[in-house]
Amino acid sequence: MVSCKNEDQNNPQDTNVLETNNYVAPTLEIYDFEGLKPFLETATDTIYVVNFWATWCAPCIKELPYFEALNAAYSEKNVEVVLVSLDFPKKYDSHLKPFIAKNELKSKVIALNDMDSAIWIPQIDSDWSGAIPATLIFNKDKRQFYEQTFTYEELEAEIKQFL
Amino acid sequence: MKYIKGIFAVVAIVILSAFTTLNSGYKIGDVATDFKLENIDGTMVSLSDYKDAKGFIVIFTANTCPYAVAYEDRIVALDKKYASQGFPVIAIMPNNTDIQPRDNMEAMQHRAQQKGFTFPYLIDKNQDVFPKFGATKTPHVYILQKTTKGNEVKYIGAIDDNYQDAKAVKTKYVENAVDALLSGQSVKETETRAIGCSIKI
Repeated sequence: MVSCKNEDQNNPQDTNVLETNNYVAPTLEIYDFEGLKPFLETATDTIYVVNFWATWCAPCIKELPYFEALNAAYSEKNVEVVLVSLDFPKKYDSHLKPFIAKNELKSKVIALNDMDSAIWIPQIDSDWSGAIPATLIFNKDKRQFYEQTFTYEELEAEIKQFL
Repeated sequence: MKYIKGIFAVVAIVILSAFTTLNSGYKIGDVATDFKLENIDGTMVSLSDYKDAKGFIVIFTANTCPYAVAYEDRIVALDKKYASQGFPVIAIMPNNTDIQPRDNMEAMQHRAQQKGFTFPYLIDKNQDVFPKFGATKTPHVYILQKTTKGNEVKYIGAIDDNYQDAKAVKTKYVENAVDALLSGQSVKETETRAIGCSIKI
Protein backbone atom coordinates (compact mmCIF):
# COMPACT_ATOMS: atom_id res chain seq x y z
CA MET A 1 0.00 0.00 0.00
CA VAL A 2 1.96 2.97 -1.22
CA SER A 3 0.50 6.40 -1.01
CA CYS A 4 1.99 9.55 -2.40
CA LYS A 5 0.53 11.63 0.38
CA ASN A 6 3.31 13.39 2.17
CA GLU A 7 2.24 15.77 4.87
CA ASP A 8 5.37 15.59 6.92
CA GLN A 9 8.10 18.09 6.40
CA ASN A 10 11.02 16.22 5.00
CA ASN A 11 14.38 17.16 3.77
CA PRO A 12 13.85 17.88 0.06
CA GLN A 13 17.50 17.42 -0.90
CA ASP A 14 17.54 13.95 0.61
CA THR A 15 17.05 11.89 -2.50
CA ASN A 16 17.95 8.59 -1.00
CA VAL A 17 14.63 7.78 0.61
CA LEU A 18 12.00 5.05 0.76
CA GLU A 19 8.33 5.68 0.27
CA THR A 20 5.88 4.31 2.80
CA ASN A 21 2.35 5.21 3.70
CA ASN A 22 2.36 8.71 5.03
CA TYR A 23 5.85 10.04 4.97
CA VAL A 24 9.17 9.64 3.29
CA ALA A 25 11.14 7.23 5.41
CA PRO A 26 14.79 8.01 5.95
CA THR A 27 17.27 5.36 5.00
CA LEU A 28 18.82 3.55 7.89
CA GLU A 29 22.25 2.00 8.08
CA ILE A 30 22.10 -1.23 10.06
CA TYR A 31 25.19 -2.89 11.45
CA ASP A 32 26.24 -5.82 13.53
CA PHE A 33 29.04 -5.23 16.04
CA GLU A 34 31.77 -5.89 13.47
CA GLY A 35 30.19 -3.23 11.29
CA LEU A 36 29.87 -0.84 14.22
CA LYS A 37 33.54 -1.11 15.21
CA PRO A 38 34.80 1.50 12.71
CA PHE A 39 32.45 4.00 14.38
CA LEU A 40 34.11 3.37 17.72
CA GLU A 41 37.66 4.38 16.86
CA THR A 42 39.40 7.09 14.91
CA ALA A 43 42.79 8.10 13.60
CA THR A 44 41.62 11.62 12.71
CA ASP A 45 41.29 14.77 14.82
CA THR A 46 37.52 14.39 15.13
CA ILE A 47 35.94 13.94 18.54
CA TYR A 48 33.14 11.40 18.36
CA VAL A 49 30.17 11.31 20.69
CA VAL A 50 28.46 7.95 20.33
CA ASN A 51 25.13 7.73 22.11
CA PHE A 52 23.34 4.39 22.58
CA TRP A 53 19.58 4.90 22.65
CA ALA A 54 16.20 3.58 21.51
CA THR A 55 12.87 5.20 20.70
CA TRP A 56 11.17 3.36 23.57
CA CYS A 57 13.75 4.53 26.12
CA ALA A 58 12.24 7.59 27.83
CA PRO A 59 15.45 8.99 29.39
CA CYS A 60 17.18 8.54 26.01
CA ILE A 61 14.53 10.58 24.22
CA LYS A 62 14.76 13.25 26.88
CA GLU A 63 18.48 13.78 26.38
CA LEU A 64 18.47 13.37 22.59
CA PRO A 65 17.91 17.09 21.91
CA TYR A 66 21.10 17.85 23.88
CA PHE A 67 23.10 15.60 21.60
CA GLU A 68 21.51 17.25 18.59
CA ALA A 69 22.33 20.68 20.00
CA LEU A 70 25.89 19.63 20.73
CA ASN A 71 26.30 18.29 17.22
CA ALA A 72 25.15 21.61 15.79
CA ALA A 73 27.09 23.86 18.17
CA TYR A 74 30.39 22.00 17.96
CA SER A 75 30.45 20.84 14.36
CA GLU A 76 33.10 23.45 13.54
CA LYS A 77 35.22 22.17 16.38
CA ASN A 78 35.43 18.72 14.87
CA VAL A 79 32.81 17.16 17.09
CA GLU A 80 30.55 14.56 15.53
CA VAL A 81 27.59 12.92 17.19
CA VAL A 82 26.56 9.39 16.20
CA LEU A 83 23.26 8.06 17.54
CA VAL A 84 23.30 4.27 17.73
CA SER A 85 19.75 2.95 17.97
CA LEU A 86 19.12 -0.31 19.80
CA ASP A 87 15.52 -0.49 18.70
CA PHE A 88 14.26 -3.95 17.84
CA PRO A 89 14.58 -4.60 14.07
CA LYS A 90 10.83 -5.13 13.76
CA LYS A 91 10.39 -1.54 15.00
CA TYR A 92 12.73 0.06 12.46
CA ASP A 93 9.94 0.88 10.02
CA SER A 94 7.13 1.45 12.49
CA HIS A 95 8.99 3.46 15.14
CA LEU A 96 12.59 4.36 14.43
CA LYS A 97 12.37 5.78 10.91
CA PRO A 98 9.25 7.85 11.67
CA PHE A 99 10.97 9.15 14.82
CA ILE A 100 14.04 10.22 12.85
CA ALA A 101 11.85 11.96 10.27
CA LYS A 102 9.48 13.60 12.74
CA ASN A 103 12.27 14.99 14.89
CA GLU A 104 14.39 15.86 11.88
CA LEU A 105 17.46 14.41 13.49
CA LYS A 106 20.60 15.94 12.03
CA SER A 107 23.14 13.74 13.77
CA LYS A 108 24.07 10.51 12.07
CA VAL A 109 21.72 7.74 13.16
CA ILE A 110 22.68 4.11 12.71
CA ALA A 111 21.11 0.94 14.07
CA LEU A 112 22.96 -1.83 15.85
CA ASN A 113 21.45 -5.28 15.48
CA ASP A 114 23.67 -7.90 17.04
CA MET A 115 22.44 -10.69 19.26
CA ASP A 116 25.75 -11.38 20.93
CA SER A 117 25.39 -8.56 23.44
CA ALA A 118 27.31 -10.56 26.03
CA ILE A 119 30.29 -10.25 23.69
CA TRP A 120 29.98 -6.67 22.46
CA ILE A 121 28.77 -4.84 25.57
CA PRO A 122 32.05 -5.40 27.44
CA GLN A 123 34.00 -4.55 24.27
CA ILE A 124 32.38 -1.14 24.11
CA ASP A 125 33.25 -0.63 27.77
CA SER A 126 34.22 -3.15 30.42
CA ASP A 127 32.07 -1.36 33.01
CA TRP A 128 28.90 -1.09 30.94
CA SER A 129 26.08 -3.08 32.54
CA GLY A 130 24.05 -2.85 29.34
CA ALA A 131 21.59 -0.21 30.55
CA ILE A 132 20.73 2.60 28.17
CA PRO A 133 21.15 5.48 27.72
CA ALA A 134 24.91 5.17 27.54
CA THR A 135 27.46 7.35 25.80
CA LEU A 136 31.00 6.96 24.54
CA ILE A 137 33.15 10.02 23.83
CA PHE A 138 36.51 9.54 22.17
CA ASN A 139 39.19 11.01 19.99
CA LYS A 140 42.36 9.40 18.74
CA ASP A 141 44.04 9.77 22.14
CA LYS A 142 41.48 8.98 24.76
CA ARG A 143 38.02 7.66 25.40
CA GLN A 144 35.46 7.96 28.14
CA PHE A 145 32.35 5.91 28.72
CA TYR A 146 29.27 7.12 30.57
CA GLU A 147 26.41 4.90 31.74
CA GLN A 148 24.25 7.87 32.67
CA THR A 149 21.94 10.56 31.33
CA PHE A 150 23.20 14.01 30.40
CA THR A 151 22.01 17.58 30.56
CA TYR A 152 23.36 19.86 27.86
CA GLU A 153 25.70 21.52 30.36
CA GLU A 154 27.09 18.19 31.49
CA LEU A 155 27.62 17.10 27.92
CA GLU A 156 29.37 20.32 27.07
CA ALA A 157 31.59 20.01 30.14
CA GLU A 158 32.69 16.55 29.01
CA ILE A 159 33.32 17.66 25.43
CA LYS A 160 35.50 20.52 26.60
CA GLN A 161 37.90 18.00 28.09
CA PHE A 162 38.44 16.61 24.62
CA LEU A 163 38.84 19.89 22.75
CA MET B 1 44.09 21.45 35.46
CA LYS B 2 44.45 19.38 32.33
CA TYR B 3 47.99 18.55 33.32
CA ILE B 4 46.92 17.36 36.76
CA LYS B 5 44.16 15.34 35.21
CA GLY B 6 46.64 13.72 32.88
CA ILE B 7 48.98 12.74 35.67
CA PHE B 8 46.32 11.43 37.95
CA ALA B 9 44.07 9.85 35.36
CA VAL B 10 45.26 6.34 36.11
CA VAL B 11 45.15 6.88 39.87
CA ALA B 12 41.68 8.35 39.56
CA ILE B 13 40.48 5.39 37.54
CA VAL B 14 41.81 2.98 40.15
CA ILE B 15 40.18 4.93 42.98
CA LEU B 16 36.95 5.26 41.06
CA SER B 17 36.76 1.59 40.27
CA ALA B 18 37.45 0.72 43.90
CA PHE B 19 34.67 3.10 44.83
CA THR B 20 32.35 1.50 42.29
CA THR B 21 33.19 -1.96 43.55
CA LEU B 22 32.26 -0.95 47.07
CA ASN B 23 29.01 0.64 46.04
CA SER B 24 27.68 -1.18 43.04
CA GLY B 25 25.95 -4.00 44.83
CA TYR B 26 26.42 -7.71 45.17
CA LYS B 27 29.20 -9.66 43.56
CA ILE B 28 29.28 -13.39 43.00
CA GLY B 29 29.67 -15.09 46.39
CA ASP B 30 28.15 -12.23 48.40
CA VAL B 31 25.27 -12.96 50.73
CA ALA B 32 22.08 -11.09 49.82
CA THR B 33 20.25 -9.31 52.60
CA ASP B 34 16.61 -10.25 52.94
CA PHE B 35 13.92 -7.70 52.10
CA LYS B 36 10.24 -7.17 52.76
CA LEU B 37 8.37 -5.85 49.74
CA GLU B 38 4.71 -5.50 48.82
CA ASN B 39 3.34 -8.03 46.38
CA ILE B 40 0.59 -7.37 43.83
CA ASP B 41 -1.86 -9.23 46.12
CA GLY B 42 -1.20 -6.79 48.96
CA THR B 43 0.86 -9.20 51.09
CA MET B 44 4.43 -8.51 52.13
CA VAL B 45 7.01 -10.95 50.79
CA SER B 46 10.46 -11.82 52.15
CA LEU B 47 12.93 -14.48 51.08
CA SER B 48 12.66 -15.95 54.59
CA ASP B 49 9.00 -16.80 53.86
CA TYR B 50 10.24 -19.57 51.59
CA LYS B 51 11.26 -22.17 54.13
CA ASP B 52 11.62 -24.99 51.64
CA ALA B 53 13.34 -23.08 48.86
CA LYS B 54 16.84 -24.09 47.84
CA GLY B 55 17.36 -20.70 46.32
CA PHE B 56 15.75 -17.97 44.28
CA ILE B 57 15.68 -16.54 40.79
CA VAL B 58 15.37 -12.83 41.61
CA ILE B 59 14.47 -10.82 38.50
CA PHE B 60 14.25 -7.04 38.38
CA THR B 61 11.68 -6.37 35.71
CA ALA B 62 9.05 -3.84 34.66
CA ASN B 63 5.91 -3.47 32.56
CA THR B 64 7.23 -0.63 30.49
CA CYS B 65 10.61 -1.92 29.38
CA PRO B 66 10.40 -3.61 25.97
CA TYR B 67 13.35 -5.84 26.82
CA ALA B 68 11.61 -6.97 30.01
CA VAL B 69 8.32 -7.43 28.15
CA ALA B 70 10.10 -9.56 25.55
CA TYR B 71 11.10 -11.87 28.41
CA GLU B 72 7.77 -12.12 30.26
CA ASP B 73 6.78 -15.50 28.84
CA ARG B 74 10.25 -16.85 29.46
CA ILE B 75 10.11 -15.63 33.07
CA VAL B 76 6.81 -17.46 33.58
CA ALA B 77 8.37 -20.57 32.04
CA LEU B 78 11.34 -20.33 34.40
CA ASP B 79 9.05 -20.23 37.42
CA LYS B 80 6.98 -23.15 36.13
CA LYS B 81 10.11 -25.20 35.60
CA TYR B 82 12.06 -24.32 38.73
CA ALA B 83 9.65 -23.31 41.53
CA SER B 84 8.76 -26.97 42.09
CA GLN B 85 12.46 -27.84 42.17
CA GLY B 86 13.12 -25.29 44.90
CA PHE B 87 14.12 -22.22 42.88
CA PRO B 88 11.09 -19.94 42.59
CA VAL B 89 11.11 -16.72 40.60
CA ILE B 90 10.81 -13.52 42.66
CA ALA B 91 10.11 -10.56 40.37
CA ILE B 92 10.80 -7.06 41.63
CA MET B 93 9.73 -3.84 39.90
CA PRO B 94 12.37 -1.23 40.77
CA ASN B 95 11.22 1.89 38.87
CA ASN B 96 10.06 5.13 40.43
CA THR B 97 6.35 5.16 39.58
CA ASP B 98 6.17 8.96 39.75
CA ILE B 99 8.48 9.01 36.73
CA GLN B 100 6.98 5.92 35.13
CA PRO B 101 3.30 5.71 36.20
CA ARG B 102 2.71 2.78 33.83
CA ASP B 103 4.76 0.70 36.25
CA ASN B 104 2.59 1.45 39.28
CA MET B 105 0.97 -1.21 41.48
CA GLU B 106 -2.27 -1.16 39.53
CA ALA B 107 -0.45 -1.57 36.23
CA MET B 108 1.68 -4.35 37.74
CA GLN B 109 -1.47 -6.19 38.91
CA HIS B 110 -3.00 -5.83 35.49
CA ARG B 111 0.09 -7.06 33.67
CA ALA B 112 0.55 -10.02 36.03
CA GLN B 113 -3.04 -11.07 35.44
CA GLN B 114 -2.76 -10.64 31.68
CA LYS B 115 0.41 -12.70 31.43
CA GLY B 116 -0.52 -15.21 34.13
CA PHE B 117 2.39 -14.55 36.47
CA THR B 118 2.76 -17.55 38.77
CA PHE B 119 5.28 -15.82 41.01
CA PRO B 120 5.29 -12.80 43.32
CA TYR B 121 5.65 -9.46 41.54
CA LEU B 122 6.94 -7.07 44.18
CA ILE B 123 7.35 -3.34 44.13
CA ASP B 124 10.56 -1.77 45.43
CA LYS B 125 8.55 1.23 46.59
CA ASN B 126 11.36 2.92 48.53
CA GLN B 127 13.88 1.99 45.86
CA ASP B 128 16.27 0.69 48.49
CA VAL B 129 16.41 -2.98 47.48
CA PHE B 130 17.65 -2.73 43.88
CA PRO B 131 20.71 -0.59 44.87
CA LYS B 132 21.69 -3.26 47.42
CA PHE B 133 21.67 -5.83 44.66
CA GLY B 134 23.37 -3.42 42.31
CA ALA B 135 20.68 -3.81 39.66
CA THR B 136 21.00 -1.14 36.97
CA LYS B 137 18.38 -2.17 34.46
CA THR B 138 15.41 -4.34 33.63
CA PRO B 139 15.53 -7.23 33.15
CA HIS B 140 18.42 -7.99 35.50
CA VAL B 141 18.68 -11.44 37.12
CA TYR B 142 20.29 -12.52 40.38
CA ILE B 143 20.30 -16.22 41.24
CA LEU B 144 20.65 -16.89 44.94
CA GLN B 145 21.39 -20.20 46.59
CA LYS B 146 20.64 -20.96 50.24
CA THR B 147 23.89 -21.99 51.86
CA THR B 148 25.08 -22.05 55.45
CA LYS B 149 26.18 -18.44 54.95
CA GLY B 150 22.75 -17.29 53.79
CA ASN B 151 21.35 -16.51 50.36
CA GLU B 152 24.52 -16.54 48.34
CA VAL B 153 24.70 -14.80 44.96
CA LYS B 154 25.60 -17.38 42.31
CA TYR B 155 24.73 -15.67 39.05
CA ILE B 156 24.20 -12.10 37.83
CA GLY B 157 23.03 -11.08 34.39
CA ALA B 158 20.76 -11.93 31.52
CA ILE B 159 18.14 -14.65 31.15
CA ASP B 160 19.54 -15.92 27.86
CA ASP B 161 21.40 -14.71 24.81
CA ASN B 162 18.54 -13.61 22.56
CA TYR B 163 16.06 -10.98 23.69
CA GLN B 164 14.46 -10.77 20.25
CA ASP B 165 13.51 -14.35 19.64
CA ALA B 166 13.01 -17.01 22.29
CA LYS B 167 13.21 -19.69 19.60
CA ALA B 168 16.64 -18.56 18.45
CA VAL B 169 18.24 -18.70 21.90
CA LYS B 170 21.57 -20.52 21.89
CA THR B 171 22.56 -20.29 25.56
CA LYS B 172 20.06 -20.28 28.41
CA TYR B 173 22.21 -18.65 31.06
CA VAL B 174 19.70 -18.80 33.91
CA GLU B 175 18.63 -22.38 33.24
CA ASN B 176 22.24 -23.51 32.98
CA ALA B 177 23.04 -21.82 36.29
CA VAL B 178 20.06 -23.25 38.17
CA ASP B 179 20.63 -26.71 36.67
CA ALA B 180 24.22 -26.59 37.86
CA LEU B 181 23.20 -25.56 41.37
CA LEU B 182 20.52 -28.26 41.52
CA SER B 183 23.05 -30.93 40.60
CA GLY B 184 25.54 -29.68 43.16
CA GLN B 185 27.92 -28.18 40.64
CA SER B 186 29.32 -24.70 40.38
CA VAL B 187 27.89 -22.25 37.87
CA LYS B 188 30.10 -22.07 34.77
CA GLU B 189 29.07 -18.70 33.42
CA THR B 190 28.47 -16.56 36.52
CA GLU B 191 28.07 -13.15 34.90
CA THR B 192 26.60 -12.13 31.56
CA ARG B 193 25.52 -8.85 30.07
CA ALA B 194 22.63 -7.73 27.94
CA ILE B 195 21.02 -4.48 26.94
CA GLY B 196 18.23 -3.34 29.23
CA CYS B 197 16.26 -0.30 30.30
CA SER B 198 17.92 1.81 32.95
CA ILE B 199 16.04 1.80 36.25
CA LYS B 200 14.03 5.02 36.66
CA ILE B 201 15.03 6.81 39.85
